[in-house]
Amino acid sequence: MRTYIARRLLLFVPTLFGASLLIFVLMRLVPGDIAEILVYQTGSESSAVQTRQIEQIRRELGLDRPVATQFLAWLGGAVRGDFGYSYSQRRPVNEILAERFPRSMELAAITLLLAALWSIPLGVVSAVRQNTWLDYLVRVLSISGLSLPIFFTGVLILYLLVRVFRWLPPLEYVSLTEAPLENLKQLIWPALAQAYYISAPIMRLTRSQMLEVVRQDYVRTARAKGLGEGSVMYRHALRNSLLPVVTFIGWWGGRLLGGVVIMEIIFAVPGMGLALVQAVSYRDYPTVQAIIFVMALIFLAVNLAVDLLYGWLDPRIRYA
Amino acid sequence: MKPPPPRAVARFVQRQPLGAIGGVIVVVLVAVALFAPQLAPHGPKETGFAPYLPPSADFPMGTDQIGRDVLSRVVWGARLSLYVGLTSVLIGVTLGALWGVVTAYIGGAPDSGSQRVVDSLMALPPIILALALMAALGQSVNNVVLALLLLLVPTAARTVRSVALSVKEFPFVEAAMAAGCSHTRVIVRHILPNCLATYIVLVTTNVSYAIVVEASLSFIGAGAPPDEPSWGGMLTAGTQAMENAPWLVLFPGVAISLAVFGLNLLGDAIRDLADPRLRGGLG
Repeated sequence: MRTYIARRLLLFVPTLFGASLLIFVLMRLVPGDIAEILVYQTGSESSAVQTRQIEQIRRELGLDRPVATQFLAWLGGAVRGDFGYSYSQRRPVNEILAERFPRSMELAAITLLLAALWSIPLGVVSAVRQNTWLDYLVRVLSISGLSLPIFFTGVLILYLLVRVFRWLPPLEYVSLTEAPLENLKQLIWPALAQAYYISAPIMRLTRSQMLEVVRQDYVRTARAKGLGEGSVMYRHALRNSLLPVVTFIGWWGGRLLGGVVIMEIIFAVPGMGLALVQAVSYRDYPTVQAIIFVMALIFLAVNLAVDLLYGWLDPRIRYA
Repeated sequence: MKPPPPRAVARFVQRQPLGAIGGVIVVVLVAVALFAPQLAPHGPKETGFAPYLPPSADFPMGTDQIGRDVLSRVVWGARLSLYVGLTSVLIGVTLGALWGVVTAYIGGAPDSGSQRVVDSLMALPPIILALALMAALGQSVNNVVLALLLLLVPTAARTVRSVALSVKEFPFVEAAMAAGCSHTRVIVRHILPNCLATYIVLVTTNVSYAIVVEASLSFIGAGAPPDEPSWGGMLTAGTQAMENAPWLVLFPGVAISLAVFGLNLLGDAIRDLADPRLRGGLG
């Protein structure tokens, strides 16, 4: 077990290195750099002055060094937990991460909670009442959820909110600790839009798992020994069919952090994704690299946690 | 291509009624894409009408913020979506499958090395990887295809590799090697054909994914250039004026949902038929 975890953790290293290198190279291929953007933005006249300014900013940021040196310098900082300085936001990147990550995490958590809360019961009902109108309704709901792109659902929800409730996403974000209720009122809508999309596969998986489990011998035994239907379904069928569902939800949790970008844009939630899109347009290399690095790290960690959880929930599975 | 005999079609409809509905939607989608020049009353980039006209007899889907006919753009959008979806998936899954089969066959260090590359690519959030590539390449329809390749190739390589690893262990592969077949012949004639079902499933289930990614990229302003008739791009532009001109959001949104819905239904049905092991998969 311990060697399994150690081996998996060891694999993080080449994966994160590869991912960081790829993003680094891609960002350097983006035409223009932050020095040009900052200087041309201020709109000064003389081109000779501008060129000097650009060169000076590049020197300050170390952008005049060879690209390989820049990458190694960044990597050296990153492994020590120092992601450098964001020139577009004029503060350390670590500060941006500390501010933005909890917001995206919260949005992802609410999304998963909402999705699980209604898709698991619906999946169970659909399996227990297989081939009734209820089952068909759930299946149509689930396949339509997969077909509506999240940005369309998001825009539709926003439209209804504006039309019916005269509500616009607030320009000022309030944090969970400051005003929990206000905060939830902001995040519930993007979470709802995203949850509708991911609840579809959860519903399908719960349904197919339940259908498989209720045909097992031990379920027949439970019925034969005279247990009530509720007890059979809850204690014997549901508990055993939830295993892959739980791990699937966990897998989504890892993916969601990158996936909430679109919701953050539509509902103006100043989270990770929004920061990333802005950083890309400013060619703010340290910020882009840090955000993507942390996203990849969380994805890998969640995947490992899900695999371990699987073994813990199902004692038949043992990792050598 | 020869049309399938009527009896086979009837059997498909009977066994996969939802798949048949999907098939009809996909046929309509392909027809709209093929005959876009004939079906669209105006050009997709043609301006000069009054902006923000609500749907009427002249403009069944209204006009947009700079006075283009929305119906024409939705029709041409079908062509753009299908072009992006089909080219990226066909090229991406083919490259990925070849990569997966060859590395599985070679095994050893090259195989585990290539798996680490796949790990790295798959650890990055897909939309964000595509966004970074689009920023580097610049916005164009063909660059969207390239960005999609970066997402599709690793997934296909991983899936096909795992199938090829098990195919490799079958006695007929050993027999082929014993009979003196070259490596190329073993791969092409014996291993590849046995990965065909997986290949077909990967292609059919990923077209809708590719279409959604294209629309998402255009929606966040990193996909096709704004004047191209991309459903996702039309939606973004429409969002600005949503309160007064909801048709700008509604029609492209419905078009993309319907296309994805049809492709999903058909893809599910083909998956059930082609590879029963994947039945009830995760979608």
